[in-house]
Order: sequence, then C-alpha cells, then structure tokens
Amino acid sequence: MKKEFLMGNEAIAMGALAAGVNLVAGYPGTPSSEVLETVAKRRTEATWVEWSVNEKAAMEVAAGAAYAGARVMVTMKQVGLNVASDPLMSLAYIGVKGGMVILVADDPGPISSQTEQDTRTFAMFAKVPVFDPSGVQEAYDLVQEAFAFSEKYQTPVILRPTTRVCHSYAGIDIREPQEYDVHTPDGFVKSPNWVIFPKLAQANHRKIEARNVAIGEEFSGETEKSAIGEEYSDETEKSAIGEEFSGETEKNSIGEVLSGENEKEAIGDGFAAKAENVTSGEEGYFRFGNRILPALGKFTSNRRGIATHGISFAYTMENLEQDSSPKVLKVGTPFPFPEQLALKFLEGLDEVLCIEELDPVIERALTYVCGKYHLPVRICGKMTGHVASAGENSVDSVGTALTNFFGTDFGRRPAFDLTDAPALPVRPPVLCAGCPHRAAFYAVKCAMKGKKALYSGDIGCYTLGNAAPLDMTDTCLCMGAGITVAQGIGRIEPDTVCFSFTGDSTFFASGITGIVNAFYNQANLTAVILDNSTTAMTGHQPHPGTGRTMMGGVTEKVDIEKVLRAIGLETVETVDPLNLTVAVETVRRVSAEPGVKAIIFRSPCVALPGAKIGSGNGAASKKTQTVLEKSDASKDNRKDTGHSNRPGCIRIDPEKCINCRKCIRELGCPGIVLDAGKVSNDTSLCTGCGLCAQVCPVDAIGARGERCEESL
Amino acid sequence: MHKSILLCGVGGQGTVLASKLVAAAAMAKGLPILTAETIGMAQRGGSVTSHLRMGENLYSPLIGRGQADLILGFEPGEAVRNLPYLKADGTVVVNTRPVRPVTGSLSGTDYTGLEMIEYLKSKVGHVLVVDGDRAAEELGSAKVLNVVLLGTAAESGALGVTKEELKSAIREKVAPRFLELNLRALDYAAIY
Repeated sequence: MKKEFLMGNEAIAMGALAAGVNLVAGYPGTPSSEVLETVAKRRTEATWVEWSVNEKAAMEVAAGAAYAGARVMVTMKQVGLNVASDPLMSLAYIGVKGGMVILVADDPGPISSQTEQDTRTFAMFAKVPVFDPSGVQEAYDLVQEAFAFSEKYQTPVILRPTTRVCHSYAGIDIREPQEYDVHTPDGFVKSPNWVIFPKLAQANHRKIEARNVAIGEEFSGETEKSAIGEEYSDETEKSAIGEEFSGETEKNSIGEVLSGENEKEAIGDGFAAKAENVTSGEEGYFRFGNRILPALGKFTSNRRGIATHGISFAYTMENLEQDSSPKVLKVGTPFPFPEQLALKFLEGLDEVLCIEELDPVIERALTYVCGKYHLPVRICGKMTGHVASAGENSVDSVGTALTNFFGTDFGRRPAFDLTDAPALPVRPPVLCAGCPHRAAFYAVKCAMKGKKALYSGDIGCYTLGNAAPLDMTDTCLCMGAGITVAQGIGRIEPDTVCFSFTGDSTFFASGITGIVNAFYNQANLTAVILDNSTTAMTGHQPHPGTGRTMMGGVTEKVDIEKVLRAIGLETVETVDPLNLTVAVETVRRVSAEPGVKAIIFRSPCVALPGAKIGSGNGAASKKTQTVLEKSDASKDNRKDTGHSNRPGCIRIDPEKCINCRKCIRELGCPGIVLDAGKVSNDTSLCTGCGLCAQVCPVDAIGARGERCEESL
Repeated sequence: MHKSILLCGVGGQGTVLASKLVAAAAMAKGLPILTAETIGMAQRGGSVTSHLRMGENLYSPLIGRGQADLILGFEPGEAVRNLPYLKADGTVVVNTRPVRPVTGSLSGTDYTGLEMIEYLKSKVGHVLVVDGDRAAEELGSAKVLNVVLLGTAAESGALGVTKEELKSAIREKVAPRFLELNLRALDYAAIY
C-alpha cells in the first residue's frame, strides 16, 4: 500500500489494474478520457489496452474478452453509451464470464457535452447494476468491488462517476503493483448461451428480473466492519480482492476504508467521523458506498432527512456541521435500488429532500417505496421544485436548498457582490491561435461568398467554428451526424450547396457510414474532412489514421483518401488549409461538381507534440509551459516540444498597417489583439501560421520565420 | 489547519501545474488535500479555475462562495470574476498582465486589466499585485509566472505552505534544466 495524489479518473484506472484487469477498451470523451490513458501508462504486461474506433466497437471487443473469462473494462462518456447501447442491451441478456466494468462518465452542467443524460437511468433501462462513487478513494475502492460483483452475478456492471469526481484529485491509498490481483482468463467455452435468440432472450429476461430483486436486497445489506473481504472470498473464488486486502494489510483493507477506521484524508474520512457516532447494529455503513448517517445534535428528533449521492453527497456534507446534522441517506447503488435500506432510512421521517444531479432517480425510487409500503412520507427534490431540474449542483446551491427545506441556515457565508465591478471580459471557448480548422473554415467561407450554402458541423474542436466571426457551423447534433444531416437538408433544399465538416477521429468513429449512405443514395454534398492527425478536443489521443496505438506500437495508417475512393467517390482532394489561395480555389472547383465529393484539409493540430505547419516551421503549443513534471513522460514531450520548436511569430509592420482590422474581423484569431487601439499580435499565442498575412490587404503582416522575441 | 485556495486564469496559463505544486508541498507535510480542475472545452481560451483545499474533514473538492482564504489571479479580470469565492478577510494575489479575449478584439473594447486591479484594491483588504510583464522581463521568461505568484503568496503566509516547502516540491517535480529558473521565480517577490 502507498499513498498517491490521483485524479478520480486515474484512481479508477489504478483500481482496475489492482483488480487484475486483462483488457481495457474505450473511445475518448470528456470527462472519461484519462481513465484509459492512465491504464496505458501504468499497466502491467498482462493488460491489453486500446482506443477502439468507437464505443460500440470497444464494448464488443471487451464483451468477447469477458466471454473468454478475462476481466475487462470499457471507458466512455455518457453520450458514448448511446453509441454502445446496441451491444449493451443484448449483453445484459447474454451476460459475461470474466468481470466486466463499463465506466461511463456523466457530465452534469453539461460542461463538455451535448446532453445531461443520466447513466443511472440508462442502467435501469438496460437492467444492469450501477455504482455511483462520491469521491476519489471511493471510486478506487468501488471499481475493485465492481469486478468481483460482475463475476458473482455474471453480468456487466456500470461504474458511473460524474465530472467533479473524474476531475478532482485526492491523496488516496492504493496498492503497489506486487499487491495487484492476478487474473488468468480460463478461455472461451463454446455454448448455446453465447448466441442470442428469442427463446434464450425470454428465459434470460426472466432470470434478470429475479436476479435484480436479489441484488437490490444485497445492496441493502449492512456490512460488518472489514467483512467485505470475507464475503467476497466466500462467495466467489475468482475475486481475491477481499483476501488480498484483509490478509495482507489490516490497516488498509477495503472494509476499513469503507467503514471509516482509516484516518487518512479524502472524502472518505468525513463520514468516518460520523461513523464513530453510530451505535453498532443500528445504522451506519453498508456496502458499495451505501450509507445512512444518523441525525445528530439539534436534529436528533427532527423528522426531516436528506437523500443524496455522488458529488452532491460531498456538497451536502460540506454544508452540515460535524456534530449537529440531519439524517442522511447516501445511495451508492441507484439500480437495483436498495429498497430495504431506504425503508430503514425512512423510519421516523415525515419529509425527505433528495439532492441529485441529472435525473431524479433516488427521488422517484423513494416515492415508489413510500407508495409500495404505504408510508406517509413526503419526498421532495427536482420533481417538487426543491432542487433545480437541470444543471450541476454546487456547495452553494445545495446550501440554499437545505436552508429552504429545513428553514434554518446551512452554510451561509458572506460573499463579495460584483454588481459594481467593471465589465468582465467574455471568454467563450475559441479555436486556438494558429488552428488549421480556422483556415479551412475561412477558405470554404471565401469560396461560397454570395451563395446559398449549408455548413453542417460535427463533434470536436471544430464545433467551435460556430463562433464569430467565422460562423461556419449551422448544425451540430452528435458524432458523425454532420454528413447525414447535410444529406437530409439537401433533399429538401436542392438549391443549397451542402458541406459537411468532419474531423479525422470522428470520420473513423462514425463518419464512414454516412459517406457510404450519401454515395449509395446519390446525395449532392461536399464532405470536408478536417484532418489534424489527432483527436484534439479530448487531449490528443491516437486513432486509426495516426499509425500509433495505445500499446505503444506503430501500425499501418488507415488512409482517409483511400477509404473515400474505395467507397466510390471520384473527386477526393487533399490540400493544406493554410495555403489560402489554393484552398479557396479547390473548394470552388470541387463543390461545383455533382454528387458526393470530398476535400481533406490536412494540417496538424498546433497543440500536438512535434507538429509542423506548412512551411516546415515547428508549430508551438499555445500552452504557456511553466514547470515540467519528471514523472510524466508524455506530458514532458508535449511541453518540451512547445518550448524548443517555438516557431516564428508573424510580425505586423506598424508603418504599413492601416489599422483596418480586417485580420481581426475576418479570422477572430486569439493571436491578434488590439493594443491601445492598434492591431498587434500576442507573441505568447501566435504560432506564425501566416493565415492573417494572406488576408491583409496592404501586406503589413510579415511572413512567418522571424522568431518571437520571447523565444530568443 | 484549513486552507481553501482558488487559482484562476485563462486556459494555458499554468494554473493546473501551480495547483499540483502546492498540493505536493502540502501532502509532503501530511496534510489531506482535495483539488478540482477545469478540463475540456473551457481550456480553449476560456476562463479556468483550479480549486485546492487542505486540512481535515473536508468533503467537497470545490470551494463554496465566501470560502476561499486566497485567490491566486493569473489574470486580473479572472481574479475579479472569482471574487465571490473569497472570504471577507481573504487575500488576493494578482498578476497585472491581461489576456485580451478575442471577443474584445472584435468589438473593439480596450480591456487593459488596470480597471480590475483598481477594483480589487477598492474591495479587498489584502491585495498583492505582481507586475507580470516586469517579472517576465527580469526573469527572462514569461513561463514561470505561476511560480512567481506562488512565491508571492507563500511570502504573505496565505498559501498554507512555505517557500521552503514549495522548493522541495519544485525540486521533485521540475525537470533539472528548468529547476534554476523556477527557483529564481519562486524568490522573485523577495528579491526584486
């Protein structure tokens, strides 16, 4: 055992490795991406790790491995589960042999997503158990429990953290590599049970419904301190988690972490303090992150309670006093819902406030329990207007909800009021200085000037092409939809010149089927592929077009141009978007042709390690690098490159510049700013891409190549 | 001891690394630490914050309003934006150098950052202003602004860790060739 400062996502990865995971597959998506990246960085020889082409592929690869007895994990964000829902729904019926944990990160807010969908609800729909961690240590512990649980019931299980758990850090206790479980898959055994047919589906459906009732009961079960380990080793010999922990080090057993004897820090401890006050056998600690905290101090005879989960539990506790607080139910297993646990909590209460993010899952379940058992308890929350129906919670929003519900002050602190502050700069996310997508959008915009055109966008950095002054994203729906939505609009408006914009990673994930559809159904469309040689938005993951894998290997690149030609497209042109004249001319020529045609704008992401822009000058990372962490090799590379490959900035000649601001007005590049009313470039951001030099009407902007003063 | 520190700036200014250094220094002396970062779309030139909390019995990695002992403002406008998080008697350490938003350039507004510094001074009792441009010039690099801010905050006593403790963290985390520059940046507030 050792202590390490880890991000929630890193902790999940380390937990999976400690559980002896054999295969991890996923597709990048904020806030989930760091899980798989950490597995790749910290894995043992025995672990296969891959970025699959999309979430559906990842789920199926993992399912196959689990059929063969391997412990597997699949990683994705919440909308990724929509893509993987086809295999998931059937897999729930078929089941697994090796433990399968599906890591789905939800994004209340949403902060970096299209939807505020709740994977707890999805789990209910798919009929698979779901675990909902509230902090970093708990996420580490739960993922290990989840593998054993999956094997015990031979079902895939979902671990569902949210952004604030994924991206928060804490110093937590983790196992050393020599303490990891070793899981040896016993191989695929042929059986009719792996082949889904209506008859099997019906039989299995019946079993699943019965099993889920039993799981709900297990989730309600109270645990003796440190008993988790024993229970596991009794019930399933495959899961050695318990034995290892309870056998090797008494101090750090899972049981203790959960039961709170561990005095170490992190979110876990706070409930530790509370747990000390629990009279044994009455209320307190349950398995899988389920807990009931008793009312204390002046709330002892209060007949109102709080039901919460995940990070909202942390926000709730932050607003409560250590020795005087209402009764709290924390639900770590929202499905199958622990009914008996809920009944225990509801005893002696008249009203309950449910504090949740996303769907009112606990609120609905408690309302159901009250109806089923004829309990005269009023359940409040999102559906009664006591908690906001959308958006993420915060320490403050939870404090307000508690104050309103209990009629006493919770967590009120005086705060500065900004009503008299000067106007704050507005900072919507924008394409980076020097981003080749800006050049591509601008070229299409110039070529289509005066024409009725549609710009159908997609998911990635280039969705930011919607911002002024480019205004080049008319639609954005979901991964791959840019190409197909453009086809539909084109059918109804044949006089519109239709363009779709798709990134390279998105092209492989779900763009190819859209192109095939367009070609087969004879659409009239220019498919623009923005190939920046990486999955930029989520942190530069490799994909089939990069020739690199997460196992550290080099593989043959899948060539986008060849794929397009193989589909049957006759016109496929590849151009450097930073060469404005050629780019505009290509767009004019290609878009005038009939049928489906494609333009690949190829220029590497400016934030990519070792990226080179058109002229051969190294492009810089826009990130201002400060300190380098020795331990982090991949990050080192990125920052090093940003430093040593510092390219030339553009230079604006103050004699020639007539301050017409065309460069600013047309491009909206963060590298060009107004300094005391004069156009100038921000040398800390400018990459010297030279696009503005090609836009300047008076040649006042010098060609790239002159080095920034800063880097001299 | 409890400390809640909010680091704020614009994507790419190095708030995350600064927060990691403080966390490492605090962990080295056995303090429990919780932090939270902005990761994702907002990193692209947007406002970013790192929340850092140290001490026993903390639950939320995110700081509530009126709860921060210290705001480390990497950019003057961002320091003002996050002021509601500061305790009434909290400290602000702020860099003078503005990062002008693209929207500002487009609409022609001339945001200088000075108006923000004046506002902070008028509202907050303890404001320490760091001349970011001058620091960059005298240190020969604008890349270590975050360490300059950390050094200033440590000197003021509001950081929860000392300069010596930060030094150990820097020695452990920073590549050897950047070590000297970072150590000089840490001492900048005291020397210049």
